Amino acid sequence: MAGIAVSATINGDSVEYLCQPDETLLDVLRDRLGLTGAKEGCGTGDCGACSVILDNRLVCSCLVLGAEAEGRRVETVEGMAHGDKLHPLQQKFLEHAALQCGICTPGFLIAAKDLLAKNPDPTEEEIRFGLAGNLCRCTGYDKIVRAVQDAATVMKGA
Amino acid sequence: MNFDPRYSGRNFTSVGTRPIRPDGVDKVTGRARYGADFNMAGQLVGRVLRSPHAHATIRKIDTSKAEKLPGVKAVITAADLPDLTDGDAAMYDILDNCMARTKALYDGHAVAAVAAVDARTARQALKLIVVDYEVLPHVTDVDEAMKHHAPLINDAIFTEGLEEKPVKPSNVTKRSQFGHGDVHQGFGHADFVVERSFKTEQTHQGYIEPHACVASVSSDGTADLWVCTQGHFVYRQHCAQLLGMEASKLRVTSSEIGGGFGGKTHVWAEPVALALSRKAGRPVKLVMTRDEVFRASGPTSATSIDIRIGARKDGTITAAEATLRYSCGPYAGSWAEIGAMTAFACYKLDNVKTVGYEVLVNRPKTAAYRAPSAPMAAFAVESAVDELAKEIGMDPVEFRIRNAAQEGTRSSYGPVYGPIGIGPTLEAARSHPHMKAPLGPNQGRGMACGFWFNFGGQTCTDLNIGMDGSVSLAVGTVDVGGSRASLSLVAAEELGIAYEHVKAIVADTSSLGYNDMTDGSRGTFSSSMATISAARNAIKILRERAAQMWDISVDDVVWEKGHAVARGEKHGNLGKLSLKEIAAASGKTGGPIAGHSELVADGAGVSFATHICDIEVDPETGATRVIRYTVVQDAGKAVHPTYVEGQYQGGAAQGIGWALNEEYIYGKDGRLQNPGFLDYRIPVCSDLPMIDTQILEIPNPNHPYGVRGVGETSIVPPLAAIANAVSNAAGVRMTHIPMSPPRILAAIEAERGG
Repeated sequence: MAGIAVSATINGDSVEYLCQPDETLLDVLRDRLGLTGAKEGCGTGDCGACSVILDNRLVCSCLVLGAEAEGRRVETVEGMAHGDKLHPLQQKFLEHAALQCGICTPGFLIAAKDLLAKNPDPTEEEIRFGLAGNLCRCTGYDKIVRAVQDAATVMKGA
Repeated sequence: MNFDPRYSGRNFTSVGTRPIRPDGVDKVTGRARYGADFNMAGQLVGRVLRSPHAHATIRKIDTSKAEKLPGVKAVITAADLPDLTDGDAAMYDILDNCMARTKALYDGHAVAAVAAVDARTARQALKLIVVDYEVLPHVTDVDEAMKHHAPLINDAIFTEGLEEKPVKPSNVTKRSQFGHGDVHQGFGHADFVVERSFKTEQTHQGYIEPHACVASVSSDGTADLWVCTQGHFVYRQHCAQLLGMEASKLRVTSSEIGGGFGGKTHVWAEPVALALSRKAGRPVKLVMTRDEVFRASGPTSATSIDIRIGARKDGTITAAEATLRYSCGPYAGSWAEIGAMTAFACYKLDNVKTVGYEVLVNRPKTAAYRAPSAPMAAFAVESAVDELAKEIGMDPVEFRIRNAAQEGTRSSYGPVYGPIGIGPTLEAARSHPHMKAPLGPNQGRGMACGFWFNFGGQTCTDLNIGMDGSVSLAVGTVDVGGSRASLSLVAAEELGIAYEHVKAIVADTSSLGYNDMTDGSRGTFSSSMATISAARNAIKILRERAAQMWDISVDDVVWEKGHAVARGEKHGNLGKLSLKEIAAASGKTGGPIAGHSELVADGAGVSFATHICDIEVDPETGATRVIRYTVVQDAGKAVHPTYVEGQYQGGAAQGIGWALNEEYIYGKDGRLQNPGFLDYRIPVCSDLPMIDTQILEIPNPNHPYGVRGVGETSIVPPLAAIANAVSNAAGVRMTHIPMSPPRILAAIEAERGG
C-alpha cells in the first residue's frame, strides 16, 4: 500500500516521512523516525506516556494519526534539552528523584512543560490536576509534584 | 577470601547521601532504552492469538490460511513448543501458560502466534487462524471454585497437605498450616473475641511498560534475547529449558525496565518470541498490548479470609486464627501459604494457627505483586485487630504495641526474630504529629502494621578498576528503581573514593555469573553485599600492589579513605598512595585490578512498617478522598534515602489504589470486562496527597552496613490502614476490598437499616 507523504517540524527540524493511513503519530515517531522517547503504555490515550506537544497543544500521540502532523509542529522529550543543558524540569526531576523506573518520565516532562507554559505559577492542586492524564505506578506522584513546583520557581526566576 | 557479612557500626561518607542516579540523564532525555525501544535489522513483528473463552478444550487449530498470507514468516502453536520439561510440573505449567496445549484456561490464554513483516500483516494473520473450541463450564470466584459442584479446572489435581490423600480431584491444590500453641485453649482465656470474614478482589501490578522483547535465534543454535525483566538470568534458564537450548547459548540482556513489581519475574511471551524467531529464521519483536497485559500477565490473587482473634481485658491477645483462600489462576501456586505465614507475623502470640488453601480459577496465572500475598492477609488481620481494640476500649496503637513481636519472639510462621522494627515503627507512629492532627466532618483516621520477609539469594558482582582510577561496577540484579545509584554509593564508600568515579551497569547473562531476580526486596540488599565483598577483594589487590611499589610487606599496608597507607614507624617516610596512583601503575605491577564476588546473600532482615492515613467519606455517594498519609518503615540503613522514600511512597500509592478502586471485573461469561487503564483505574496525581515518610534505621545484623530490603513492605499496611480509616469515617466496618463508592454506600445503607 502506498504511503502518505507528510512534512512536519519535529523538535525544530523539518522532517519528511511516508506513513500508512492507520499509523499513529506515536508509531511514526518511534518506528519511522527513531524517536523512542515517547512510550506506548496503553495505546488508548489513558496513560499519557506518549504525550507530545502538537502546535502548542498537549496530546497523546497514540490518538493522533501520523498523517495529521502534516504542516504542524511536534515537540517531544528529545527536544527539551538545549545541547548538553537540560531543561529545568529535566534537572529538577533528577534532583528530586521524581522517577523510579522512568517509563512515564518523558510523558510527565512534556505534560509539565505544557502546564508551566500555560500556568507559570501553579498551585499544588493545579499541578495535580494538570498532570492527572499521566500515569505513574512507581512514585506515588509526591516527588513529581515537588520537582514541578521547584522547576516552576527556577523558571520564574530565569 | 572469606567475606564477613556481619554489621559493624561505622561512620558513612557516601552511604546516606542523595546524589543523582547514574542512569538519570538518559531517562529524562528519552535516550534510555526500554523493552520496546530496541530493534534489529530484518526484524519481524510478533503477535499472539488469545482465547476468548474462560475455559475451553482446543479441538483443532487450522493455521493454513494464515501461513499463506503474503508477509507471514512463521505461525506457531503448542506443537512448536514441544514439552521438554521432563516431569518438572512447575516448568510444565509455565510452558502451558505461554502457549495453551489442550485447553484454554482463561480469557486471554495464548493459543497461537505469528511473525510477519509488519504489524498490520501480523494482525490480519491472527484473524485467519481458525481455532475449534469446545467451551467448558468455568469458575472465576475463589469461594465458588472450592464448592463440590464447581467446574474442575484440572482433573489431575488432588489436594496436597491433607491428612488423608483425597480420592476425588479438586480445584484446591494445597492446604498449608502454620502456628504454635493451642488456639482452642487460648480462646478459652479470652474476654473478647472478634470473628470476621473478608474478601479482596484481584488487582494488577499495573506497570506502565507492557511486556516487550526482541528475540533472535541463529541457525547455529545460539540466540539473543533483549527483554524487560526483573531477572534476566532466570529468564535465560526458563527460556533455554523450554526451547531445549544450553543456557550458555542464550544471551539475555535486560533492557531498562518500566516497572515490574513482581509481574516481570515470570516468562510470558519470551519463549513464544524465541520459537517464532527460530521458525522464521529472523529476529522477532513481540510487544504486548495493554489489553494483553491485563488479560494474560500479572495479576495478584483474589482472596477470601476468615479471622478470629481473642484478647483479655488487659489487652493481651490470647489466641489468633486465620483461614485464607487465595486464587492462583489455573496453575498450582503457594500464594495462600505465603499469606498464612505473614498474617500474624507482627505479633507476639502464644497460640496461633493459620491455614491456607490454594485455589484454581479460570483467571490468568497469579503472579508475584510486591510482597505477594501479604497485603490481603494484613487487611483481614489488622481490621480485626482494630475492631478488637475498640471492643476492649484500648487505643489501637497501644493495643498493637502491647502485643508487638520483639527480638526473641517466636514468629507465627516459625523462626525466632532477631532485632526487628515493629515496636519502633509503632512507637514512632504513636508520637507522629499526624496522630494528633484534628479531623474534619466525615473524616476517619486509620493505622495498620505490615510485615515482609525480605530475601537475599544468589548474587554475583564484578568491580573493575580502570587505569585512570575510575571504577566500573557490573551487577546482575536488574535496577527497578535506582539501585545503580545506591550500589555506586556502596562501592564508593568501601573503596573510599567519590561517587562520581563509580559507574554501575547491569551486565547481561553472558558477562557475569548467575544472579537471582530482583525480587523479595533483594536488589540493594544482596548486590550491595556482593559489591562490598568485591570491593574488599579489590582492596586486597590494591594493598599488594602498593606494597610492591614501596617494596615492603603487604602486612604493613592498610587501606584508609581511598589510599594505601604504610603502617609502622619504619615506613614513616612513605606517605600515601591513592587508588588512582596504584591503578596508573597497574600495568607494571601485575596487570588489571579487579574485585569479584559470588555469594548467597543470607540474612535479609525481616521488615516492618506502620502506616497512618486520614480518609474522608462522602456519605451520600460513598466516594472517598485520601486527606493525609504517613509511612513509617525500618530500612536498616538507607543507602540513598531519597529512593528509600520513593519506595515507601510508591508502595503506599499502589496500596491506596488497591484499597479504594482497583479490581478485575469478570462477566458471567468469564471474560475480563475492564482490561484497560480507563476502566481499571490506578491512582492519578489528583487522587493523592503528598505521602509523608519516616525512615527508621535499625541495623540488620547480617549486612556490613546494616541494610534491609525496603521495596515491598510499603504495600502491606495500606489496605488495612485505609479500611480502618474508612470504617471509622463511615461508622461501619468495611470487609470487602476495594472499597469502591458502591460498596461503601451499600455498607452505610445496610448499617442504617436501609
